Amino acid sequence: MRVEIKFGGLGGQGIITAGYITAKAAALHDGKESVFTQDYSAEARGGASTSEVVISDKMINYPQVLHADYLVVMSQSAYNDYLHKLKKGGVLIIEEDLVKLDERAKDFKIYKIPATRFAEEIGNPIVANIVMLGFFVAITGVVSKEAMWKSIEERIPKRFLEMNQKAFLKGYEYGMEIVKKEKK
Amino acid sequence: MKPGYYFWSGDIAAAEGGIFAGCRFYAGYPITPSSEIAERMALRLPQVGGKFIEMEDEIGSIAAIIGASWTGEKAMTATSGPGISLMNENIGLAVMTEVPVVIVNAMRGAPSTGLPTLVGQGDFMQAKWGSHGSYEIISLYPSSVQETFDLMIDAFNYAEKYRVPVIFLLDAMLAHMYEKIYVPSEDSVERIERKKPTKPPGEQLIYEPDDDLIPPMPSIGEGYKIHASGLTHNEKGYPQLTAEAQEKLIRRINDKIRKHAEEIWKVEEYRTEDADIIVVAMGTNARTVKTAVDEARKEGIKAGLLRPITIWPFPYKYIEKYSADYIVAEINYGQIYHKVREYADNKVELLPKMGGELHKPHEILHALRRYKK
Repeated sequence: MRVEIKFGGLGGQGIITAGYITAKAAALHDGKESVFTQDYSAEARGGASTSEVVISDKMINYPQVLHADYLVVMSQSAYNDYLHKLKKGGVLIIEEDLVKLDERAKDFKIYKIPATRFAEEIGNPIVANIVMLGFFVAITGVVSKEAMWKSIEERIPKRFLEMNQKAFLKGYEYGMEIVKKEKK
Repeated sequence: MKPGYYFWSGDIAAAEGGIFAGCRFYAGYPITPSSEIAERMALRLPQVGGKFIEMEDEIGSIAAIIGASWTGEKAMTATSGPGISLMNENIGLAVMTEVPVVIVNAMRGAPSTGLPTLVGQGDFMQAKWGSHGSYEIISLYPSSVQETFDLMIDAFNYAEKYRVPVIFLLDAMLAHMYEKIYVPSEDSVERIERKKPTKPPGEQLIYEPDDDLIPPMPSIGEGYKIHASGLTHNEKGYPQLTAEAQEKLIRRINDKIRKHAEEIWKVEEYRTEDADIIVVAMGTNARTVKTAVDEARKEGIKAGLLRPITIWPFPYKYIEKYSADYIVAEINYGQIYHKVREYADNKVELLPKMGGELHKPHEILHALRRYKK
Protein backbone atom coordinates (compact mmCIF):
# COMPACT_ATOMS: atom_id res chain seq x y z
CA MET A 1 0.00 0.00 0.00
CA ARG A 2 1.37 3.38 -1.04
CA VAL A 3 0.81 6.12 1.53
CA GLU A 4 1.51 9.77 0.74
CA ILE A 5 2.07 12.41 3.40
CA LYS A 6 2.64 16.11 2.92
CA PHE A 7 3.86 18.48 5.63
CA GLY A 8 3.48 22.23 5.23
CA GLY A 9 4.25 25.28 7.32
CA LEU A 10 6.66 28.16 7.67
CA GLY A 11 10.44 28.17 7.69
CA GLY A 12 11.64 27.51 11.25
CA GLN A 13 8.71 25.28 12.23
CA GLY A 14 10.72 22.15 11.53
CA ILE A 15 8.62 21.02 8.58
CA ILE A 16 11.61 19.57 6.72
CA THR A 17 12.83 17.84 9.87
CA ALA A 18 9.38 16.37 10.50
CA GLY A 19 9.29 14.85 7.02
CA TYR A 20 12.83 13.51 7.27
CA ILE A 21 12.21 11.94 10.70
CA THR A 22 8.96 10.33 9.52
CA ALA A 23 10.45 8.89 6.33
CA LYS A 24 13.54 7.59 8.10
CA ALA A 25 11.40 6.01 10.83
CA ALA A 26 9.41 4.09 8.22
CA ALA A 27 12.46 3.01 6.23
CA LEU A 28 14.94 2.05 8.90
CA HIS A 29 12.85 1.24 11.96
CA ASP A 30 9.56 -0.09 10.55
CA GLY A 31 11.28 -1.99 7.74
CA LYS A 32 9.30 -0.36 4.96
CA GLU A 33 10.33 1.59 1.90
CA SER A 34 10.11 5.37 1.94
CA VAL A 35 11.14 8.42 -0.02
CA PHE A 36 11.62 11.87 1.44
CA THR A 37 11.68 15.00 -0.71
CA GLN A 38 11.57 18.66 0.12
CA ASP A 39 10.45 21.59 -1.93
CA TYR A 40 13.33 24.02 -2.16
CA SER A 41 11.56 26.44 -4.45
CA ALA A 42 8.78 27.03 -1.95
CA GLU A 43 11.29 28.23 0.61
CA ALA A 44 12.39 30.96 -1.71
CA ARG A 45 8.79 32.12 -2.04
CA GLY A 46 8.95 33.86 1.31
CA GLY A 47 8.92 31.64 4.33
CA ALA A 48 6.82 28.74 3.07
CA SER A 49 8.24 25.30 3.75
CA THR A 50 7.04 21.88 2.67
CA SER A 51 8.23 18.32 2.66
CA GLU A 52 6.84 15.10 1.26
CA VAL A 53 7.02 11.49 2.38
CA VAL A 54 5.93 8.42 0.46
CA ILE A 55 5.81 5.12 2.37
CA SER A 56 5.13 1.67 0.98
CA ASP A 57 5.72 -2.03 1.62
CA LYS A 58 7.08 -2.30 -1.93
CA MET A 59 9.67 -0.40 -3.95
CA ILE A 60 8.47 3.14 -4.54
CA ASN A 61 8.40 4.35 -8.12
CA TYR A 62 7.16 7.92 -8.42
CA PRO A 63 8.94 9.63 -5.52
CA GLN A 64 6.63 12.54 -4.77
CA VAL A 65 3.12 13.14 -3.53
CA LEU A 66 0.44 12.88 -6.23
CA HIS A 67 -2.72 12.71 -4.09
CA ALA A 68 -1.85 13.00 -0.41
CA ASP A 69 -3.51 10.62 2.05
CA TYR A 70 -2.39 12.84 4.91
CA LEU A 71 -1.81 16.57 4.96
CA VAL A 72 -0.21 18.11 8.06
CA VAL A 73 -0.31 21.91 8.04
CA MET A 74 1.14 24.28 10.59
CA SER A 75 0.44 27.63 8.89
CA GLN A 76 -2.44 29.33 7.11
CA SER A 77 -0.46 29.72 3.90
CA ALA A 78 0.36 26.00 3.87
CA TYR A 79 -3.34 25.22 4.29
CA ASN A 80 -4.22 27.57 1.44
CA ASP A 81 -1.44 26.33 -0.85
CA TYR A 82 -1.57 22.58 -0.35
CA LEU A 83 -5.15 21.65 0.46
CA HIS A 84 -5.73 20.78 -3.19
CA LYS A 85 -3.02 18.12 -2.87
CA LEU A 86 -5.09 16.19 -0.31
CA LYS A 87 -7.29 13.54 -1.83
CA LYS A 88 -11.02 13.55 -1.13
CA GLY A 89 -11.69 11.87 2.20
CA GLY A 90 -8.04 12.26 3.18
CA VAL A 91 -6.86 13.14 6.65
CA LEU A 92 -6.17 16.81 7.38
CA ILE A 93 -4.15 17.51 10.50
CA ILE A 94 -3.86 21.15 11.54
CA GLU A 95 -2.12 23.32 14.11
CA GLU A 96 -5.44 24.70 15.34
CA ASP A 97 -4.14 28.03 16.66
CA LEU A 98 -2.46 28.85 13.37
CA VAL A 99 -4.85 27.48 10.75
CA LYS A 100 -8.41 28.61 10.13
CA LEU A 101 -10.46 26.19 8.09
CA ASP A 102 -12.85 27.27 5.37
CA GLU A 103 -15.71 25.52 3.56
CA ARG A 104 -13.28 23.41 1.51
CA ALA A 105 -12.37 21.47 4.67
CA LYS A 106 -15.69 19.60 4.64
CA ASP A 107 -14.29 17.06 2.16
CA PHE A 108 -11.73 15.78 4.64
CA LYS A 109 -11.38 14.07 7.97
CA ILE A 110 -10.01 16.74 10.30
CA TYR A 111 -7.84 16.50 13.41
CA LYS A 112 -6.78 19.56 15.37
CA ILE A 113 -4.04 20.16 17.90
CA PRO A 114 -2.61 23.33 19.48
CA ALA A 115 0.92 22.00 18.93
CA THR A 116 2.74 25.30 19.41
CA ARG A 117 0.88 26.09 22.64
CA PHE A 118 1.77 22.65 23.99
CA ALA A 119 5.39 23.14 22.94
CA GLU A 120 5.51 26.46 24.76
CA GLU A 121 4.13 24.82 27.89
CA ILE A 122 6.85 22.21 27.65
CA GLY A 123 9.46 24.91 27.38
CA ASN A 124 10.15 25.91 23.77
CA PRO A 125 7.95 26.46 20.70
CA ILE A 126 10.72 24.88 18.63
CA VAL A 127 9.43 21.41 19.56
CA ALA A 128 5.99 22.05 18.05
CA ASN A 129 6.92 19.81 15.13
CA ILE A 130 7.75 16.97 17.53
CA VAL A 131 4.38 17.44 19.30
CA MET A 132 2.88 17.18 15.83
CA LEU A 133 4.78 13.96 15.08
CA GLY A 134 3.47 12.37 18.29
CA PHE A 135 -0.04 13.43 17.31
CA PHE A 136 0.48 12.14 13.77
CA VAL A 137 1.55 8.70 15.04
CA ALA A 138 -1.48 8.41 17.34
CA ILE A 139 -3.98 9.51 14.71
CA THR A 140 -2.63 7.70 11.64
CA GLY A 141 -0.59 4.72 12.78
CA VAL A 142 1.30 5.02 9.49
CA VAL A 143 4.55 4.88 11.42
CA SER A 144 4.87 2.98 14.69
CA LYS A 145 5.40 4.94 17.90
CA GLU A 146 8.67 3.13 18.60
CA ALA A 147 10.05 3.77 15.10
CA MET A 148 9.14 7.44 15.20
CA TRP A 149 10.74 7.96 18.59
CA LYS A 150 13.91 6.14 17.53
CA SER A 151 14.14 8.34 14.47
CA ILE A 152 13.67 11.47 16.63
CA GLU A 153 16.37 10.28 19.02
CA GLU A 154 18.80 9.89 16.12
CA ARG A 155 18.06 13.36 14.78
CA ILE A 156 17.92 15.51 17.92
CA PRO A 157 21.04 16.52 19.93
CA LYS A 158 21.20 14.62 23.23
CA ARG A 159 20.85 17.67 25.46
CA PHE A 160 17.44 18.43 23.97
CA LEU A 161 16.13 14.88 24.07
CA GLU A 162 14.23 15.20 27.33
CA MET A 163 12.26 18.19 26.07
CA ASN A 164 11.60 16.44 22.78
CA GLN A 165 10.43 13.31 24.53
CA LYS A 166 7.92 15.35 26.53
CA ALA A 167 6.77 16.99 23.31
CA PHE A 168 6.42 13.69 21.50
CA LEU A 169 4.45 12.06 24.32
CA LYS A 170 2.22 15.12 24.75
CA GLY A 171 1.23 15.00 21.10
CA TYR A 172 0.84 11.24 21.20
CA GLU A 173 -1.38 11.20 24.30
CA TYR A 174 -3.52 14.07 23.02
CA GLY A 175 -4.01 12.11 19.82
CA MET A 176 -4.79 8.84 21.59
CA GLU A 177 -7.54 10.53 23.60
CA ILE A 178 -9.18 11.66 20.39
CA VAL A 179 -8.84 8.19 18.90
CA LYS A 180 -10.40 6.60 22.01
CA LYS A 181 -13.33 9.01 21.92
CA GLU A 182 -13.88 8.17 18.27
CA LYS A 183 -14.03 4.46 19.03
CA LYS A 184 -16.75 4.93 21.66
CA MET B 1 31.17 3.10 6.45
CA LYS B 2 29.96 0.21 8.53
CA PRO B 3 27.86 -2.24 6.50
CA GLY B 4 24.15 -1.80 7.10
CA TYR B 5 21.10 0.28 6.26
CA TYR B 6 21.25 4.06 6.03
CA PHE B 7 18.83 6.79 5.04
CA TRP B 8 20.67 8.91 2.52
CA SER B 9 20.14 11.39 -0.28
CA GLY B 10 21.49 10.74 -3.77
CA ASP B 11 24.23 13.28 -3.08
CA ILE B 12 25.35 11.50 0.10
CA ALA B 13 25.23 8.16 -1.72
CA ALA B 14 27.37 9.56 -4.55
CA ALA B 15 29.99 10.75 -2.08
CA GLU B 16 29.95 7.55 -0.02
CA GLY B 17 29.93 5.39 -3.15
CA GLY B 18 33.00 7.25 -4.37
CA ILE B 19 34.81 6.70 -1.08
CA PHE B 20 33.74 3.05 -1.09
CA ALA B 21 35.19 2.70 -4.59
CA GLY B 22 38.50 4.03 -3.31
CA CYS B 23 38.30 7.74 -4.07
CA ARG B 24 40.69 9.65 -1.82
CA PHE B 25 40.81 13.04 -3.49
CA TYR B 26 38.02 15.52 -4.13
CA ALA B 27 38.37 19.01 -5.50
CA GLY B 28 35.23 20.99 -6.12
CA TYR B 29 33.31 24.20 -6.09
CA PRO B 30 29.86 23.91 -4.50
CA ILE B 31 26.78 24.47 -6.62
CA THR B 32 23.17 23.40 -6.10
CA PRO B 33 22.05 20.60 -6.28
CA SER B 34 25.47 18.94 -6.01
CA SER B 35 26.77 20.89 -2.98
CA GLU B 36 25.94 18.14 -0.49
CA ILE B 37 28.45 15.89 -2.26
CA ALA B 38 31.20 18.40 -1.49
CA GLU B 39 29.84 18.79 2.04
CA ARG B 40 29.95 15.05 2.64
CA MET B 41 33.40 14.69 1.11
CA ALA B 42 34.74 17.53 3.27
CA LEU B 43 33.54 15.62 6.32
CA ARG B 44 34.46 12.11 5.27
CA LEU B 45 37.65 12.20 3.20
CA PRO B 46 39.85 13.35 6.12
CA GLN B 47 38.42 10.45 8.16
CA VAL B 48 39.67 7.91 5.61
CA GLY B 49 43.04 9.50 4.94
CA GLY B 50 41.91 11.39 1.85
CA LYS B 51 42.11 15.04 0.84
CA PHE B 52 39.34 17.54 0.17
CA ILE B 53 39.98 20.88 -1.46
CA GLU B 54 37.45 23.62 -2.08
CA MET B 55 38.77 25.21 -5.26
CA GLU B 56 38.41 28.73 -6.62
CA ASP B 57 36.09 27.53 -9.39
CA GLU B 58 35.09 24.57 -11.55
CA ILE B 59 37.98 24.97 -13.98
CA GLY B 60 40.43 24.63 -11.12
CA SER B 61 38.44 21.74 -9.65
CA ILE B 62 38.70 19.49 -12.66
CA ALA B 63 42.32 20.48 -13.26
CA ALA B 64 43.10 19.45 -9.67
CA ILE B 65 41.51 16.01 -9.96
CA ILE B 66 43.36 15.35 -13.23
CA GLY B 67 46.62 16.18 -11.46
CA ALA B 68 45.66 14.05 -8.44
CA SER B 69 44.89 11.10 -10.69
CA TRP B 70 48.43 11.28 -12.14
CA THR B 71 49.77 10.69 -8.63
CA GLY B 72 47.90 7.37 -8.59
CA GLU B 73 44.91 8.44 -6.49
CA LYS B 74 41.31 7.87 -7.43
CA ALA B 75 39.84 11.35 -7.75
CA MET B 76 36.45 12.94 -8.34
CA THR B 77 34.56 16.19 -8.46
CA ALA B 78 30.88 17.12 -8.59
CA THR B 79 29.02 20.01 -10.08
CA SER B 80 25.85 21.09 -11.83
CA GLY B 81 24.43 23.46 -14.42
CA PRO B 82 26.89 26.25 -15.28
CA GLY B 83 29.61 24.35 -13.40
CA ILE B 84 29.69 21.44 -15.80
CA SER B 85 29.86 23.83 -18.74
CA LEU B 86 32.98 25.37 -17.21
CA MET B 87 34.57 21.96 -16.76
CA ASN B 88 34.24 20.88 -20.35
CA GLU B 89 37.55 22.12 -21.70
CA ASN B 90 39.50 20.12 -19.15
CA ILE B 91 37.25 17.10 -19.62
CA GLY B 92 38.74 17.10 -23.11
CA LEU B 93 42.21 17.25 -21.58
CA ALA B 94 41.40 14.20 -19.43
CA VAL B 95 40.15 12.37 -22.53
CA MET B 96 43.22 13.30 -24.57
CA THR B 97 45.73 12.47 -21.82
CA GLU B 98 43.71 9.37 -20.78
CA VAL B 99 43.28 10.20 -17.12
CA PRO B 100 40.82 8.24 -14.96
CA VAL B 101 38.52 10.68 -13.12
CA VAL B 102 34.87 10.71 -12.14
CA ILE B 103 32.81 13.86 -12.64
CA VAL B 104 29.35 13.95 -11.08
CA ASN B 105 26.87 16.23 -12.79
CA ALA B 106 23.57 16.70 -10.95
CA MET B 107 21.35 17.91 -13.77
CA ARG B 108 19.05 20.83 -13.02
CA GLY B 109 16.71 22.96 -15.10
CA ALA B 110 18.74 24.75 -17.76
CA PRO B 111 20.21 26.42 -19.88
CA SER B 112 22.26 29.01 -18.01
CA THR B 113 21.40 29.30 -14.31
CA GLY B 114 17.93 27.98 -15.17
CA LEU B 115 16.23 26.21 -12.28
CA PRO B 116 18.95 25.67 -9.66
CA THR B 117 16.88 23.52 -7.30
CA LEU B 118 14.70 21.64 -9.76
CA VAL B 119 15.17 18.63 -11.97
CA GLY B 120 16.37 18.67 -15.58
CA GLN B 121 17.84 16.18 -18.05
CA GLY B 122 19.34 18.57 -20.52
CA ASP B 123 22.96 17.43 -20.28
CA PHE B 124 22.87 14.04 -22.03
CA MET B 125 24.40 15.33 -25.24
CA GLN B 126 26.78 17.62 -23.40
CA ALA B 127 28.10 14.64 -21.43
CA LYS B 128 29.17 13.13 -24.75
CA TRP B 129 29.98 16.18 -26.84
CA GLY B 130 30.69 18.90 -24.28
CA SER B 131 34.34 19.32 -25.06
CA HIS B 132 35.60 20.08 -28.52
CA GLY B 133 36.66 17.25 -30.77
CA SER B 134 35.54 13.75 -31.64
CA TYR B 135 35.89 11.48 -28.66
CA GLU B 136 34.24 8.72 -26.67
CA ILE B 137 33.47 8.96 -23.00
CA ILE B 138 31.59 6.86 -20.45
CA SER B 139 28.46 8.20 -18.78
CA LEU B 140 26.26 6.47 -16.22
CA TYR B 141 22.93 7.58 -14.73
CA PRO B 142 21.21 5.88 -11.76
CA SER B 143 17.54 6.14 -10.79
CA SER B 144 17.61 5.53 -7.04
CA VAL B 145 19.77 6.31 -4.03
CA GLN B 146 20.87 2.67 -3.79
CA GLU B 147 21.82 2.57 -7.43
CA THR B 148 23.74 5.82 -7.05
CA PHE B 149 25.97 4.21 -4.44
CA ASP B 150 26.39 0.96 -6.39
CA LEU B 151 27.01 2.68 -9.70
CA MET B 152 29.69 4.98 -8.31
CA ILE B 153 31.79 1.87 -7.80
CA ASP B 154 31.27 0.96 -11.47
CA ALA B 155 32.10 4.53 -12.46
CA PHE B 156 35.50 4.36 -10.77
CA ASN B 157 36.11 0.86 -12.11
CA TYR B 158 35.38 2.00 -15.67
CA ALA B 159 37.49 5.13 -15.31
CA GLU B 160 40.45 3.09 -14.05
CA LYS B 161 40.04 0.24 -16.50
CA TYR B 162 39.61 2.33 -19.65
CA ARG B 163 41.64 5.37 -18.58
CA VAL B 164 38.79 7.72 -19.37
CA PRO B 165 36.78 10.35 -17.53
CA VAL B 166 33.38 9.05 -16.45
CA ILE B 167 30.54 11.55 -16.37
CA PHE B 168 28.26 10.36 -13.59
CA LEU B 169 24.85 11.89 -14.13
CA LEU B 170 22.44 12.60 -11.31
CA ASP B 171 19.43 14.88 -11.40
CA ALA B 172 18.20 17.44 -8.92
CA MET B 173 15.42 15.11 -7.80
CA LEU B 174 17.75 12.22 -7.04
CA ALA B 175 20.45 14.46 -5.60
CA HIS B 176 18.14 15.79 -2.90
CA MET B 177 15.76 12.92 -2.23
CA TYR B 178 16.32 10.46 0.61
CA GLU B 179 15.83 6.70 0.50
CA LYS B 180 16.92 3.63 2.34
CA ILE B 181 20.23 2.26 1.21
CA TYR B 182 22.28 -0.81 2.06
CA VAL B 183 26.03 -0.44 2.33
CA PRO B 184 27.70 -3.82 1.79
CA SER B 185 30.86 -5.05 3.48
CA GLU B 186 34.14 -3.59 2.26
CA ASP B 187 35.33 -6.81 0.64
CA SER B 188 32.08 -7.64 -1.16
CA VAL B 189 32.69 -5.57 -4.29
CA GLU B 190 35.29 -5.66 -7.01
CA ARG B 191 37.51 -2.61 -7.23
CA ILE B 192 39.51 -2.23 -10.43
CA GLU B 193 42.84 -0.44 -10.34
CA ARG B 194 44.49 1.05 -13.42
CA LYS B 195 47.09 -1.06 -15.20
CA LYS B 196 50.63 -0.24 -14.10
CA PRO B 197 53.67 -0.43 -16.40
CA THR B 198 55.46 -3.77 -16.45
CA LYS B 199 58.66 -2.40 -17.98
CA PRO B 200 61.12 -0.26 -15.99
CA PRO B 201 61.49 3.51 -16.54
CA GLY B 202 63.39 4.20 -19.75
CA GLU B 203 61.89 1.22 -21.55
CA GLN B 204 58.22 2.01 -21.08
CA LEU B 205 56.60 4.48 -23.45
CA ILE B 206 53.83 6.08 -21.44
CA TYR B 207 51.26 6.00 -24.25
CA GLU B 208 52.12 2.59 -25.64
CA PRO B 209 48.86 0.63 -25.62
CA ASP B 210 48.41 -3.06 -24.95
CA ASP B 211 46.24 -5.19 -27.22
CA ASP B 212 43.14 -3.84 -25.47
CA LEU B 213 44.15 -0.36 -26.77
CA ILE B 214 44.66 0.88 -23.21
CA PRO B 215 48.18 2.00 -22.19
CA PRO B 216 49.40 1.13 -18.68
CA MET B 217 49.56 4.25 -16.52
CA PRO B 218 52.61 5.15 -14.44
CA SER B 219 52.22 7.59 -11.58
CA ILE B 220 54.20 10.77 -11.23
CA GLY B 221 57.13 10.12 -8.92
CA GLU B 222 57.72 6.51 -9.87
CA GLY B 223 60.62 7.40 -12.14
CA TYR B 224 58.87 7.34 -15.48
CA LYS B 225 59.19 10.27 -17.82
CA ILE B 226 55.66 11.62 -17.91
CA HIS B 227 54.80 14.15 -20.52
CA ALA B 228 51.02 14.51 -20.56
CA SER B 229 50.07 16.85 -23.36
CA GLY B 230 46.72 17.91 -24.70
CA LEU B 231 48.45 18.32 -28.03
CA THR B 232 48.29 15.36 -30.37
CA HIS B 233 51.12 13.15 -29.14
CA ASN B 234 53.08 10.02 -29.93
CA GLU B 235 53.53 7.01 -27.66
CA LYS B 236 56.28 8.82 -25.74
CA GLY B 237 53.73 11.49 -24.92
CA TYR B 238 55.58 14.12 -26.94
CA PRO B 239 53.61 16.41 -29.24
CA GLN B 240 53.56 15.20 -32.82
CA LEU B 241 51.43 17.54 -34.84
CA THR B 242 50.76 15.45 -37.93
CA ALA B 243 47.77 13.86 -39.58
CA GLU B 244 49.33 10.41 -39.04
CA ALA B 245 49.74 10.89 -35.28
CA GLN B 246 46.20 12.32 -35.06
CA GLU B 247 44.78 9.37 -36.99
CA LYS B 248 46.51 6.88 -34.71
CA LEU B 249 45.79 8.55 -31.39
CA ILE B 250 42.22 9.71 -31.90
CA ARG B 251 41.17 6.47 -33.52
CA ARG B 252 42.62 4.55 -30.57
CA ILE B 253 41.10 6.66 -27.76
CA ASN B 254 37.70 6.27 -29.46
CA ASP B 255 38.09 2.58 -30.24
CA LYS B 256 39.22 1.66 -26.72
CA ILE B 257 35.68 2.57 -25.63
CA ARG B 258 33.77 1.47 -28.76
CA LYS B 259 35.35 -1.99 -28.79
CA HIS B 260 34.45 -2.53 -25.15
CA ALA B 261 31.01 -0.93 -25.36
CA GLU B 262 29.11 -4.11 -24.56
CA GLU B 263 31.10 -4.59 -21.35
CA ILE B 264 30.17 -1.05 -20.34
CA TRP B 265 26.48 -1.21 -21.18
CA LYS B 266 24.03 -1.43 -18.33
CA VAL B 267 20.34 -1.35 -19.18
CA GLU B 268 17.16 -2.11 -17.25
CA GLU B 269 14.44 -3.84 -19.26
CA TYR B 270 11.07 -3.87 -17.54
CA ARG B 271 8.16 -5.78 -19.05
CA THR B 272 9.62 -5.32 -22.51
CA GLU B 273 9.57 -8.95 -23.63
CA ASP B 274 6.18 -8.90 -25.37
CA ALA B 275 5.76 -5.14 -25.52
CA ASP B 276 4.16 -3.32 -28.46
CA ILE B 277 5.21 0.02 -27.06
CA ILE B 278 8.38 0.67 -25.09
CA VAL B 279 9.07 3.85 -23.17
CA VAL B 280 12.72 4.84 -23.05
CA ALA B 281 13.38 6.88 -19.91
CA MET B 282 16.42 7.62 -17.77
CA GLY B 283 17.19 8.41 -14.15
CA THR B 284 14.38 9.27 -11.74
CA ASN B 285 12.05 9.84 -14.68
CA ALA B 286 12.13 6.09 -15.37
CA ARG B 287 10.48 5.52 -11.98
CA THR B 288 7.39 7.38 -13.15
CA VAL B 289 7.35 5.28 -16.29
CA LYS B 290 7.34 2.04 -14.30
CA THR B 291 4.14 3.10 -12.57
CA ALA B 292 2.59 4.07 -15.91
CA VAL B 293 3.66 0.78 -17.53
CA ASP B 294 1.98 -1.20 -14.74
CA GLU B 295 -1.20 0.87 -15.11
CA ALA B 296 -1.16 0.46 -18.90
CA ARG B 297 -0.74 -3.30 -18.58
CA LYS B 298 -3.88 -3.40 -16.41
CA GLU B 299 -5.70 -1.72 -19.31
CA GLY B 300 -4.43 -4.34 -21.74
CA ILE B 301 -1.76 -2.17 -23.33
CA LYS B 302 1.45 -4.14 -23.87
CA ALA B 303 3.82 -1.51 -22.54
CA GLY B 304 7.39 -1.76 -21.29
CA LEU B 305 10.24 0.36 -20.01
CA LEU B 306 13.77 0.43 -21.37
CA ARG B 307 16.11 2.35 -19.10
CA PRO B 308 19.64 3.02 -20.32
CA ILE B 309 21.79 3.14 -17.18
CA THR B 310 24.84 3.53 -19.37
CA ILE B 311 24.03 6.63 -21.38
CA TRP B 312 27.39 6.69 -23.19
CA PRO B 313 28.50 4.70 -25.09
CA PHE B 314 24.83 4.53 -26.07
CA PRO B 315 23.51 0.95 -25.69
CA TYR B 316 22.04 0.92 -29.19
CA LYS B 317 21.73 -2.86 -29.49
CA TYR B 318 18.97 -2.78 -26.90
CA ILE B 319 17.02 -0.41 -29.14
CA GLU B 320 17.66 -2.56 -32.22
CA LYS B 321 16.59 -5.68 -30.33
CA TYR B 322 12.89 -4.77 -30.21
CA SER B 323 10.49 -4.28 -33.06
CA ALA B 324 8.15 -2.24 -30.88
CA ASP B 325 7.29 1.44 -31.20
CA TYR B 326 9.15 3.74 -28.84
CA ILE B 327 8.22 6.74 -26.72
CA VAL B 328 11.19 8.67 -25.37
CA ALA B 329 10.21 10.49 -22.16
CA GLU B 330 12.96 12.89 -21.19
CA ILE B 331 13.19 16.19 -19.35
CA ASN B 332 14.51 18.19 -22.29
CA TYR B 333 13.24 18.99 -25.78
CA GLY B 334 14.68 15.93 -27.52
CA GLN B 335 18.15 14.43 -27.00
CA ILE B 336 18.14 10.66 -26.40
CA TYR B 337 15.12 10.72 -28.73
CA HIS B 338 17.53 11.24 -31.62
CA LYS B 339 19.71 8.31 -30.54
CA VAL B 340 16.65 6.04 -30.35
CA ARG B 341 15.51 7.18 -33.79
CA GLU B 342 18.92 6.27 -35.12
CA TYR B 343 18.45 2.61 -34.20
CA ALA B 344 14.69 1.97 -34.07
CA ASP B 345 12.83 0.24 -36.89
CA ASN B 346 9.43 1.63 -36.12
CA LYS B 347 7.81 4.78 -34.86
CA VAL B 348 9.62 6.88 -32.26
CA GLU B 349 7.70 9.54 -30.38
CA LEU B 350 9.21 12.25 -28.20
CA LEU B 351 7.45 13.03 -24.92
CA PRO B 352 9.41 16.01 -23.69
CA LYS B 353 9.23 18.14 -20.57
CA MET B 354 11.18 21.35 -20.32
CA GLY B 355 12.26 20.82 -16.72
CA GLY B 356 11.31 21.52 -13.13
CA GLU B 357 9.46 18.27 -12.47
CA LEU B 358 9.37 14.63 -13.45
CA HIS B 359 6.76 13.38 -15.87
CA LYS B 360 3.63 12.47 -13.93
CA PRO B 361 2.46 8.85 -14.24
CA HIS B 362 -0.82 9.93 -15.90
CA GLU B 363 1.08 11.86 -18.56
CA ILE B 364 2.97 8.73 -19.57
CA LEU B 365 -0.19 6.63 -19.34
CA HIS B 366 -2.05 9.08 -21.55
CA ALA B 367 0.67 8.72 -24.21
CA LEU B 368 0.65 4.91 -23.90
CA ARG B 369 -3.10 4.72 -24.46
CA ARG B 370 -2.61 5.89 -28.03
CA TYR B 371 -0.84 2.59 -28.68
CA LYS B 372 -3.65 0.35 -27.49
CA LYS B 373 -4.24 -2.37 -30.05
